[in-house]
Amino acid sequence: MKRLLMPLVVFVALAVLLGVGLTLRPGEIPSPLVGRVAPDFTVESLRNPQRSVSLSDLRGEVSVINVWASWCAACEDEHPYVMALADEVPVYGLNYKDERDKAIAWLDRQGDNYTASLYDPDGKVGLEWGVYGVPETYILDAEGVVRKKHIGAITERTLREEILPLVRQLQAEAES
Amino acid sequence: MISLRWLMTALLILAVAATAFGKGDDPFADPEREARFRHIAQELRCLVCQGESILDSNADLAKDMRAKVRELMREGRSDEAIRRYMTERYGDFVLFRPPLKPATWVLWFAPALLGITAVGVALVIARRRSDRHPQVLSPEEHDRLRRLLDDENDQI
Amino acid sequence: MIGELGLFALVLALVLALMQAALPLAGAHRGQRQWMAVARPAAVGQLLMLALSLAALATAFLQNDFSLAYVAENSNTALPWYYRLTAVWGAHEGSLLLWAVVLGSWSVAVAAWSRQLPEIFVARVLGVMGLVSVGFLAFTLLTSNPFERLTPVPAEGRDLNPLLQDPGMIAHPPMLYMGYVGFSVAFAFAIAALLGGRLDAAWARWSRPWTTAAWVFLTLGISIGSWWAYYELGWGGWWFWDPVENASFMPWLTGTALIHSLSVTEKRGAFRGWTVLLAIVTFSLSLLGTFLVRSGVLTSVHSFATDPARGAFILGLLILVVGGSLVLYAWRAPRLAAGGSFGLVSREMALLLNNALLCVAAATVLIGTLYPLALDAFGLGKVSVGPPYFEAVFVPLMLPLLAMMGIGSLVRWKRHAAGPLARTLLPAATATLCAGLASLWWLGEVPPLAALGLALSVWIAWTSVQAVADRVRGRRRRWQALRTTPRSVWGMALAHFGLAVFAAGVTVVSTLDLERDVRLAPGESIEAAGYTWTLQSVRSTEGPNYSAERGEITVNRDGRTVATLYPEERVYRMQSNPMTEAGINAGLFRDFYVALGERRADGSWTVRIQLKPLVRWIWLGTLFMALGGGLAITDPRYRRLTERARLGAEAPA
Repeated sequence: MKRLLMPLVVFVALAVLLGVGLTLRPGEIPSPLVGRVAPDFTVESLRNPQRSVSLSDLRGEVSVINVWASWCAACEDEHPYVMALADEVPVYGLNYKDERDKAIAWLDRQGDNYTASLYDPDGKVGLEWGVYGVPETYILDAEGVVRKKHIGAITERTLREEILPLVRQLQAEAES
Repeated sequence: MISLRWLMTALLILAVAATAFGKGDDPFADPEREARFRHIAQELRCLVCQGESILDSNADLAKDMRAKVRELMREGRSDEAIRRYMTERYGDFVLFRPPLKPATWVLWFAPALLGITAVGVALVIARRRSDRHPQVLSPEEHDRLRRLLDDENDQI
Repeated sequence: MIGELGLFALVLALVLALMQAALPLAGAHRGQRQWMAVARPAAVGQLLMLALSLAALATAFLQNDFSLAYVAENSNTALPWYYRLTAVWGAHEGSLLLWAVVLGSWSVAVAAWSRQLPEIFVARVLGVMGLVSVGFLAFTLLTSNPFERLTPVPAEGRDLNPLLQDPGMIAHPPMLYMGYVGFSVAFAFAIAALLGGRLDAAWARWSRPWTTAAWVFLTLGISIGSWWAYYELGWGGWWFWDPVENASFMPWLTGTALIHSLSVTEKRGAFRGWTVLLAIVTFSLSLLGTFLVRSGVLTSVHSFATDPARGAFILGLLILVVGGSLVLYAWRAPRLAAGGSFGLVSREMALLLNNALLCVAAATVLIGTLYPLALDAFGLGKVSVGPPYFEAVFVPLMLPLLAMMGIGSLVRWKRHAAGPLARTLLPAATATLCAGLASLWWLGEVPPLAALGLALSVWIAWTSVQAVADRVRGRRRRWQALRTTPRSVWGMALAHFGLAVFAAGVTVVSTLDLERDVRLAPGESIEAAGYTWTLQSVRSTEGPNYSAERGEITVNRDGRTVATLYPEERVYRMQSNPMTEAGINAGLFRDFYVALGERRADGSWTVRIQLKPLVRWIWLGTLFMALGGGLAITDPRYRRLTERARLGAEAPA
């Protein structure tokens, strides 16, 4: 009898696993960067090709890097929330695999209060950072350590429940 | 929720469709080097295409990753170092051959264990069956079986 | 209007499915003949309604009725009419409807060809199939209605996924579903037998042709899918160990085990409990496949647009069907008698080992497919389990299976003395050894594993021919002996021979193929594998709903053109992602395969050129397997048996 119950036991375990699986998000791949110092880079500024921006400029305070592109529909959706976030914390826009004039036109249209806009036309920085689809948003603490990677568009809810609390907590940590 | 998922899909497709900037993805002239490249690229997963290797994918990101692998090869890095470079950025997810570590022990060892167990069980069953007195069917059953199975024994 | 008609028919089908499930099962339980008699007409009525519903959806596609959301999502006025028709099952909702139609067809087939079976048994079988149908129709209606209206009505549809605009797509899903769903018959037979409390040789003989039929369809469906992927996805692979492919491969493996275990149960009355369990497991894996494809728990190139509500629904269905039947199994199976004894050297033993290895193989595929999900669920990170893993663990499991197959075809039932068996196998073993050594010597640098693969192909081919030849040898009237050889023996020999062809193809194409990425400007040539490949030109062309760059590549040897290939790079207007259409010249011994990459700034192109030796043998082999299965089904003894079973009529259990 016990032997005959084996298949049922295996199936129940499988069903539980599948049930848990339904709550997971297979499209999101966690970044191994989280918890580590973000890889450094030096790139041109989007609006001013003569100026170059390095990651080291960002150290010393909590900051956010928002990866976006003018060809990305979801970036338009999240942009208002990114701008709202920029009121609280320096947000750097990393323009990913885009063309300069299109990107600038997009910013002029959608609004731009990024602390600085970085230009990564061939995705070099993106590769270093493990970007695989835009939009993506990285939250860095004052030491330049990546504390969170948000994949996909920021919504009103994720901003309120996930991103802002973390940013505030990191800012409090940095002050103490 | 549904629309968010849809958007995610849409943006991934856009990422695939966007104009290619990937440079430096030209094949190596040296066939041996190219073969080594293929071997590495075949076991790296393209993250946006879900299920294709970067060698086979047309996606933009795959092109960039191919170019990066070639660049790292030109820098003289070992296969292992190239794989490490990728996992440091994308995690173990990027490897089609999962690394052997405690979390993957079951994955790597289960087939062999199951195989040995199954063959063992089969042998035990066979041993038990071969010892047993052949007459295990009830007389009616036996009769019925004989009626049904009066075809030649060597049929399948 | 047509949408409402389709929906109405679908609802009626659900009502009829409920009747087909409830009345016959209750009737069988209480011995009510009239209730049991509802099974057949209800099955026929259900199929009629489902066919009407499918026809309504097809009509909506043909008429470009974009007021239906499903049509608007998956069709377009520029889409040729035949693809508009196949677009019916091009996405989730419609393919689910097709699933239901296929299930209805199997039910009617059972209803039609079961006149000789005991009434109570047929009632139970159709009742169980009706239950499955209720589940799937409820799923369709509640979460995936293909007749959902769309307002405002768009002027143009979003077009069918370009990957699916292909002849292979016409046949692949229906075949695959015929296979998947066909195992529901074996499942229903098993459940009916458990309910009735008798599982005997007669039961095994009734289920065998149905199981084999489903297996034949699944074999064909999987190989068409593999062939489609080979030419359509543009990179020349034929199997990717993608989760969705694995989902169809698992029931194939256990279904193959089931066919063999059924033969033992039929012939020797042994392994009854195991056979029943396999029948349940095989259909459960078909359902699991449906869950994996449609719930979005696994990411795959093939997966449909996903929705968590659908996943939860199918999981519930899975728990009801599989959980319920496994409980029934645990409760009823102890009553089963053990069956006849057999020696360590016997066909029973060979088939037992065959079953053990096939099930371990299926379990391995299951573990590999679900492992990323399991790690993620335990919060242990995300991994990918891809082809390198499956190749590493699968090949060592298949080699002993292939070795066992050769013995299994020739060893006798019950007991076979080792000495005579060894003498029977000696010529085959000699040939195998020679083939192995010859391939090592002749092919020079092939890895030893490839030589082993080729040797085992010879081993299986030889023994499967011998399985027929031994029946003839030593007889005076050879022709007569050949003619009286049962079709099931022919079928087995042909299917096994097919596997030999398949294994040879796989071995050769995976070790000796040539694949190179090159840069060619129009007019330029390259030497590879003893051929001169020349990119003659690249021109722009227009298709009905796409525009393309079309290359012309000639393959020359000794100044003679052996093949001209036309690879394309297509951009579909509505969906705008570039698609690679490979240029293929097929041959029995080799395929030339080229695909255009991208155009460079200087006007040159990256081109992937491939020479694939014996790649056609892969599908030729599976075709033989399917034909072998088909031949076995036609064995007259299945018809004779049913008559006999009626004579020895069963009392209601």
